[in-house]
Amino acid sequence: MEQNNMAMKVENLTFTYPGAAAVSLKSVTLPIERNKITALIGPSGCGKSTLLRCMNRIHDVYSGNKYEGKITLYTRSGEKQNVLELKKENELIALRQTVGMIFQKPTPFPMSIFDNVAYGLKLSGIKNKTELQGRVEKALKGAAIWEETKDRLNDSAMGLSGGQQQRLCIARAVALKPEVLLFDEPTSALDPISTGAIEELIAELKSEISVAIVTHNMQQASRLSDYTAFMYLGELIEFDKTETIFLNPANKMTEDYVTGRFG
Amino acid sequence: MNGKVFRRLSLLSATLTLFLLIGIFAILFTYAQQSIQAFGFDFLTIDQWETDEDGYGGVFGGWIPIIGTLLSTLIAMAVAIPLAMGIAIFLTEIAHSNLIRPVSVAIELLAAIPSIIYGMWGLFYFAPIIQELFGGNGVGLLTAGIVLAIMILPFMAAITKDAMNTTPGVLKESAYAMGATKFEVIKDVVMPYSKAGIIGSIILALGRALGETMAVAFLIGSVMSVAHKVTDSTISIPVLLANNFSEAQDLQLSSMYYLALILFVVSFAVISLAKFYFLRRGTK
Repeated sequence: MEQNNMAMKVENLTFTYPGAAAVSLKSVTLPIERNKITALIGPSGCGKSTLLRCMNRIHDVYSGNKYEGKITLYTRSGEKQNVLELKKENELIALRQTVGMIFQKPTPFPMSIFDNVAYGLKLSGIKNKTELQGRVEKALKGAAIWEETKDRLNDSAMGLSGGQQQRLCIARAVALKPEVLLFDEPTSALDPISTGAIEELIAELKSEISVAIVTHNMQQASRLSDYTAFMYLGELIEFDKTETIFLNPANKMTEDYVTGRFG
Repeated sequence: MNGKVFRRLSLLSATLTLFLLIGIFAILFTYAQQSIQAFGFDFLTIDQWETDEDGYGGVFGGWIPIIGTLLSTLIAMAVAIPLAMGIAIFLTEIAHSNLIRPVSVAIELLAAIPSIIYGMWGLFYFAPIIQELFGGNGVGLLTAGIVLAIMILPFMAAITKDAMNTTPGVLKESAYAMGATKFEVIKDVVMPYSKAGIIGSIILALGRALGETMAVAFLIGSVMSVAHKVTDSTISIPVLLANNFSEAQDLQLSSMYYLALILFVVSFAVISLAKFYFLRRGTK
């Protein structure tokens, strides 16, 4: 894999939660390729969400985390930076606007649909009304929720269904034109139809954005992703093309997990 | 005890509170009749409280104590609300985990201090400071208002803190993940999310400030005149009632019931408003 195909690269990452005696991630190395979808699978507690949360440093909303190793972000403009070296608040803000995140449950803010999508844009300093309107519309279209919301942009986002709320959260993240989006089990709180819509959306997003997705759903990983990483007890057991992981895994544990023999 | 008896007994205790409420209102209203007939709604704007020579009749009006009550409460709220918000934000969003407990306990203990102690402390320690800083004779609206603020502060901070704690962590993280700073997360996510609880805490504290007697009796000066400066002495409804009850009779006594009725209605309205907010929050 060449460097210019890379969006992010995790190298020998060891992570310890504040006050914890044991490490939660043990020397994990994982590439996130540009414009591809990388799935992280593994049983509960294996560290896949922890890994995802290192990549935009959202862990550091709470203090006392310990990182060792390196996470490199390769921007489209050709720069590279070690995400773990960022210290100042404005550096972390810039990182989180470049590497967006979607959570397990839909998390609309207690404001209108329009303001939800405009929120990140306003934070990044865009004040011009016409520009805001244009970017919000584009983001909502990009998240396939424009048709359902265009007539009620000023209604509270709390009134949307769960699936709509999750697509709104994706729109909100997409509006910032991120380079990478991290999905932390984005469909675990949704019904199958909404799940389908979200998966379709993620697949469309990859032409613009590199995606890392944590999922408990094996079919979802196999349907959606280009690469899959299997994690167990804080270690990365195997990483490969998704079809290899599911059809011909090198590791016995990976095979047992993807065939449903444990986990 | 069979089910029927038990049902009736619990129904009885439940209705008892309702009867108490209506009963107290009816008693106040009945005893206030003489004054209501004598002064009507003008009572609200009469700025006199004068007994006749014989001690029976006289001219009585609520203007001065009503204004005193409202202004001292207003000062208390103006001081307490920003402080309570600050404490709650500090405890929920900023404080390190091993500081949260001691500060929370201190706040609860502050709420446990009887109001007479606040009154004495206010009179002997705090009033001279106010006199030094702002002039006047130390006791007056400002002193009463600030000590009232200190009294309602723990209660307001505790409820606001609980309300803010209900903001889901993942919602805050979502805002951080959009590039928000801590201040922006508090302003745009935590405050709107806990709005109903915050307003509820303010209104409940308001109810307490309106009715506080003991501390204010020490600190407001108990003078029957409208305050023109914040350092002026004046009087509030509960203080007037407490000071005059022992020797009042006839029309004055009835006028005091009238005042009590006004305070009752205002407090009741305030608490109902708070309930309304809490209820709405519960169904959301």
